[in-house]
Amino acid sequence: MKKMTYAEAIRDGIRVEMKRDADVYLCGEDVGKFGGCFGVTAGLVDEFPGRVLDTPITETAIIGSAVGAAAVGLRPVAEIMFIDFTGVCMDELFNQAVKMRYMFGGKAKVPLVLKTICGGGVAAAAQHSQCMEAWFTHIPGLKTVMPATPADAKGLMAAAIRDDNPVIYIEHKQLLGLSGDVPEGEYVIPLGKADIKRPGSDVTIVAWSWMVHRALAAAEALAKEGISAEVIDPRTLVPLDKDAILASLAKTHKLVIVHEAVRTSGFGGEIAAVVAEQGFDLLDAPIKRVTAPDTPVPFSPVLEKAFLPDEGKIIQAVKELF
Amino acid sequence: MQLSKENLLAFYQTMVTVRTFENKAAELFAAGKLPGFVHLYIGEEAVATGVCANLTAQDYITSTHRGHGHLIAKGGKVDLMMAELYGKATGYCKGKGGSMHIADVDLGILGANGIVGAGQPIAAGAAFACKYKGSGAITVCFFGDGASNRGTFHEAMNLASIWKLPVVFVCENNMYGISNCQRDHMNICDIADRAAAYGIPGVTVDGNDVVAVFEAAAEGVKRARSGDGPSLIECKTWRWRGHFEGDPATYKNPEEQKAWLQKDPIPRLAQKIIDLGYATDADLAQIADAVKAQVAAAVAFAESSPDPVPADVLTDVYAGQ
Ligand SMILES: Cc1ncc(C[n+]2csc(CCOP(=O)(O)OP(=O)(O)O)c2C)c(N)n1
Repeated sequence: MKKMTYAEAIRDGIRVEMKRDADVYLCGEDVGKFGGCFGVTAGLVDEFPGRVLDTPITETAIIGSAVGAAAVGLRPVAEIMFIDFTGVCMDELFNQAVKMRYMFGGKAKVPLVLKTICGGGVAAAAQHSQCMEAWFTHIPGLKTVMPATPADAKGLMAAAIRDDNPVIYIEHKQLLGLSGDVPEGEYVIPLGKADIKRPGSDVTIVAWSWMVHRALAAAEALAKEGISAEVIDPRTLVPLDKDAILASLAKTHKLVIVHEAVRTSGFGGEIAAVVAEQGFDLLDAPIKRVTAPDTPVPFSPVLEKAFLPDEGKIIQAVKELF
Repeated sequence: MQLSKENLLAFYQTMVTVRTFENKAAELFAAGKLPGFVHLYIGEEAVATGVCANLTAQDYITSTHRGHGHLIAKGGKVDLMMAELYGKATGYCKGKGGSMHIADVDLGILGANGIVGAGQPIAAGAAFACKYKGSGAITVCFFGDGASNRGTFHEAMNLASIWKLPVVFVCENNMYGISNCQRDHMNICDIADRAAAYGIPGVTVDGNDVVAVFEAAAEGVKRARSGDGPSLIECKTWRWRGHFEGDPATYKNPEEQKAWLQKDPIPRLAQKIIDLGYATDADLAQIADAVKAQVAAAVAFAESSPDPVPADVLTDVYAGQ
């Protein structure tokens, strides 16, 4: 174990996989010399000459070329600087990357990782702060990873790179500096396995990415008032560990879903639907969602604070169930 | 460049195979036997044939919605292609792709494509992989005049240029994007001029002359293989039929259509072969007959093949499952 920040853990995950497999390369805007817009890939360009490629501002070609390289046997980790910019290369992702295998009758493999960052809280305003994960979970053939801790960030990066399918790996700006124990060397966390971030018996809170930490803070406060909340972090939304959520509900019988993305058609709706279909009898109360409202992300810190889900909103939602 | 008898006869065979396959597809489509869209390449056979004759089985191509000719020229099997047009389980894509998505990655065919211009960055990436692995293989990217207006053209061309990727961009200028004539969708005459913007060579050739196409492609392929980077080849040609089967193409100028039909690349090559004394009319007829039998066998194979089973709808979504 070694103390690392979330950013260092991501880098370590990439580094270990690049060492292990010469087919892995990293490309994107400013990922090399500049070390990545958030410093995540710093130093890799010196460590892996010729394998960390600074691209022009060319999102279509970043993902399109990664699709071609992956189909021909490489394992690209292609960075789109902010998740907000993925609109520019959506065709390459949702019509090319994820469909090649299916349309070709199983005769292609596209092992590419689209690495990007999401999230608010830094007054970056509407075009640099979004949580767009629901866009991606709606694409069959794509896997969606959203780590919340340094250890998860490393282990899930390794799994994403080793996976033979397109994977979107979504970091969160608020977590980059978060420090924690991370296993050294090769470390892989299987995709599709949720983590109980805090065990509890009265209510299940499902949250991912930054919201895991807000849910944990809420659970801490609730514990002082005698409510025991279990915090489940699915870690990957596709594949989703439905069993872990249903098993928790079999104990707690109450569900609160927390996500930073806006409410309508958010992934929280999907989890609620899964529970309604497969765990209706487990519920003793209506399902609650704590989400951002259906607006673009505002700039003003005051407005942004109002926009983002926080402990207070989570605590209130939980209390409404008792 | 002096092409051998074998070269020219092989060109002939490929072009006749494409033509025969497609005439058959037109007939089958009209008879209601083929589901979906079918975009035919009739009249443009010299382009795919001349270009792919420079490639090995290890090289890659990306294709378009009008892909049958590219696939056949790259070695695609007509029976598996035909079965795919029928949507049969025995088709190249197990019936999941259809005409617009036929692929054979083992043969270096990275797919026909339903998205105009999408193959351009994919080709750049495949070329990058070849360079990265030092495999010596290259990639050819086929696309239309219409596709040269998409942003992907610029991004792929620029990336390939700065990274000196072993890729040859082949623009098949058949002068139409559906109904939109080149004159109305760009203000230049030669698309090859656009190469200057990327600091790479660009040439325009007669796309109905398979030898001219072969020679231009040989230059581009040589350049790519020797590590000098990409080039752009524009092949001027003509789409004989509507954009898709069923399109009456009333927007085409009938005079131009008539003139282009006179420039049919197949009799042109036949004449050359005969003039050179490489074969007789009868020899060429024999090739055409053999191809006809092969295509008929492909239709029989497709028609006697099973449909996919409904449960197959769930397979091939993720690798490793
Ligand atoms: C991104 C995209 N836009 C539009 C279409 C619809 N479409 C299909 S083929 C075509 C024309 C393409 O023209 P060109 O690239 O010149 O190829 P050609 O059909 O002439 O071979 C269009 C507009 C599409 N499939 N994809």
